Amino acid sequence: MSTGPNGVGEWPLWEVFTQAPGGKPHEHAGSVHAPDAEIALQNARDVYTRRGEAVSLWVVPSGAIVASAPGDAGPFFDPGNDKPYRHPQFYKTPRGVKVF
Amino acid sequence: MSTPLFEYLLRLGDDRLILGHRNAEWCGHGPILEEDIAVANVALDQTGEAQLLLNLAGQIEGQGRDADQLAYWRDETQFRNLQMLELPRGDFGFTMVRQFLFSAHAHFVLEHLASCPHDDLAGIAAKALKENRYHLRHSSEWVVRLGDGTDESHRRIQAALDELWPWTVELFYEDAVDAALKAEQIAPDQAAIKPKWEAMVTEVLTRATVQPPKGPMRMVGGRKGRHTEHLGHLLAEMQIVARSHPGASW
Amino acid sequence: MATEAKPAAPTEDPVKLAEFEARCDRGETIEPKDWMPEKYRRQLTRMMSQHAHSEVVGMLPEGNWITRAPNLRRKMCLIAKVQDEGGHGLYIYCGTETLGTDRAELIDQYLYGTAKYSSIFNYPTLTWADIGVIGWLVDGAAIVNQTMLAHASYGPYARAMIRICKEENFHKRQGYELCATLARGTPAQKAMVQDAVNRWWWPSLMMFGPHDTNSPHSADLLRWKVKQKSNDDLRQRFVNLTVPQAQAIGLTLPDPDLKLDQATGDWKFGEIDWSEFNAVIAGNGPMNRERIAARRKAHEEGAWVREAAAAYAAKHQPAAGQAA
Ligand SMILES: [Fe+2]
Ligand SMILES: [Fe+2]
Repeated sequence: MSTGPNGVGEWPLWEVFTQAPGGKPHEHAGSVHAPDAEIALQNARDVYTRRGEAVSLWVVPSGAIVASAPGDAGPFFDPGNDKPYRHPQFYKTPRGVKVF
Repeated sequence: MSTPLFEYLLRLGDDRLILGHRNAEWCGHGPILEEDIAVANVALDQTGEAQLLLNLAGQIEGQGRDADQLAYWRDETQFRNLQMLELPRGDFGFTMVRQFLFSAHAHFVLEHLASCPHDDLAGIAAKALKENRYHLRHSSEWVVRLGDGTDESHRRIQAALDELWPWTVELFYEDAVDAALKAEQIAPDQAAIKPKWEAMVTEVLTRATVQPPKGPMRMVGGRKGRHTEHLGHLLAEMQIVARSHPGASW
Repeated sequence: MATEAKPAAPTEDPVKLAEFEARCDRGETIEPKDWMPEKYRRQLTRMMSQHAHSEVVGMLPEGNWITRAPNLRRKMCLIAKVQDEGGHGLYIYCGTETLGTDRAELIDQYLYGTAKYSSIFNYPTLTWADIGVIGWLVDGAAIVNQTMLAHASYGPYARAMIRICKEENFHKRQGYELCATLARGTPAQKAMVQDAVNRWWWPSLMMFGPHDTNSPHSADLLRWKVKQKSNDDLRQRFVNLTVPQAQAIGLTLPDPDLKLDQATGDWKFGEIDWSEFNAVIAGNGPMNRERIAARRKAHEEGAWVREAAAAYAAKHQPAAGQAA
């Protein structure tokens, strides 16, 4: 728990991931403060699923997330940009074949 | 004419109307933003349940009254809620202990009603049972954390329990209304619910490291329209706008 | 007492600064770990936390009527609406924290320091009609502003705004519906809603802030694409949207100078009373003291709850406490 200037601390931060109905992947929705995992889950439910947005929730302590650094952006991701053969549009289907 | 079912629906509906009202008072004043939102969710569920139950009561009564008329145009002696639920919201600990004691009881009542032979009531109860599961989880987790938190929070939760416990006798009140509905398999048997409620409550209070007081219980009355002085003030506030404009639509 | 941290403006590396501004110009999104000039970080922290405080303080004027809503449907709409505002505060605080300041500290800055929140919430809600008019005008004005901010250069802010904008449409609609119902109701209801419009119209226009020529932070925020439109442009857009809505339900906006400029299609309006605006900003509006007092009370009375939950977590789940 970190302590604000007034002595009253803030609960740890948790990242919230919600899964929309229909087998969608979990997606980052935002964050909540909570003292522990159970309350984090409850808070995530109350804050991020008020409009039926989710069928499943993940909460992760924010500090546990390992993120790529902005400086990595080039070396990490550029190599993915010049491999068009990974995309179906790279390949031609013979004329006349409409449904593939 | 007042039938047992009408009376019974008023009891169920008024409990949720009044507790929902008290819980809604937290909106904007909670201990932390996340809890403002959580308690508002509970209040919304309860107010929605009250609306369904009171609408059904009005239908059963057959005098053209709907939930709004029942909520806004009855006087305090015509309200049928438990007295525990009309007490001022107190501190956050008091609100959580009250919610827990009530939700634990409601769980078993709703479980029974959800499969009772009255289809409309069973449908409402099934919805409320689902919502109540979360109220129970939320409030019990908080009772545990606050009871077993700091010395101050422990003292506050014990004090809330000391004040609320004597009112819990009313949860198990039964009279001719219940007898008539039990005969039709609609209302549950409170004597059968009591040990289940006690087991659930004891489990949570033990985790919370607090104990129910030993002293005498309060007098029952809410189900017959005998209330504390708090209800009149609550209703005065709740009904002021509606009653200042008879016949108006909103 | 906590005050906003104001370290001396650092001299930025000119190469990095130029690169950063080029990114803003290209419409790229700035993310928390990206390099940013200190002034951008500071300005954004100020702007975003001010926005978050406003959402939370904004719960109070409307919350004032939750216990008196005249029917159950309206009561639920209002609880859900005020609850959403708390959520908005929460989303934006979390976004602000990515800039490096803890929420507890941000909250301290407005409860015990000098941080500001929107002047609009320092006006009292005197009748039930105020609930309708706030939804229609105050949320309506907020939507105009927030729709722009959904394109802000700072990613966490923009994403919070996208989520918020979705919710705001419900706020405005329930407010406008409420006003329309009162406007076609009894004479007393109609008088009530007209009176509320008379009281809230000018404060709503003030929500967009001073003229750009008098707005100390506007230039930087525009240059860095936090904002894309000026205060005056946004205000004009709001007036243009609102006038026909008022006409449609037979309500009069209290401005004798309001008239349509045929050439531009803009509704021209009278001059705002900036002395009132400045008085409210300076803390002397009708409800400034009460608002802060109410928020302090909630915060201080909640301290034992926050501490107890943290103590429980430390006792039972030390791992979760350490992880964050
Ligand atoms: Fe908002
Ligand atoms: Fe809003």
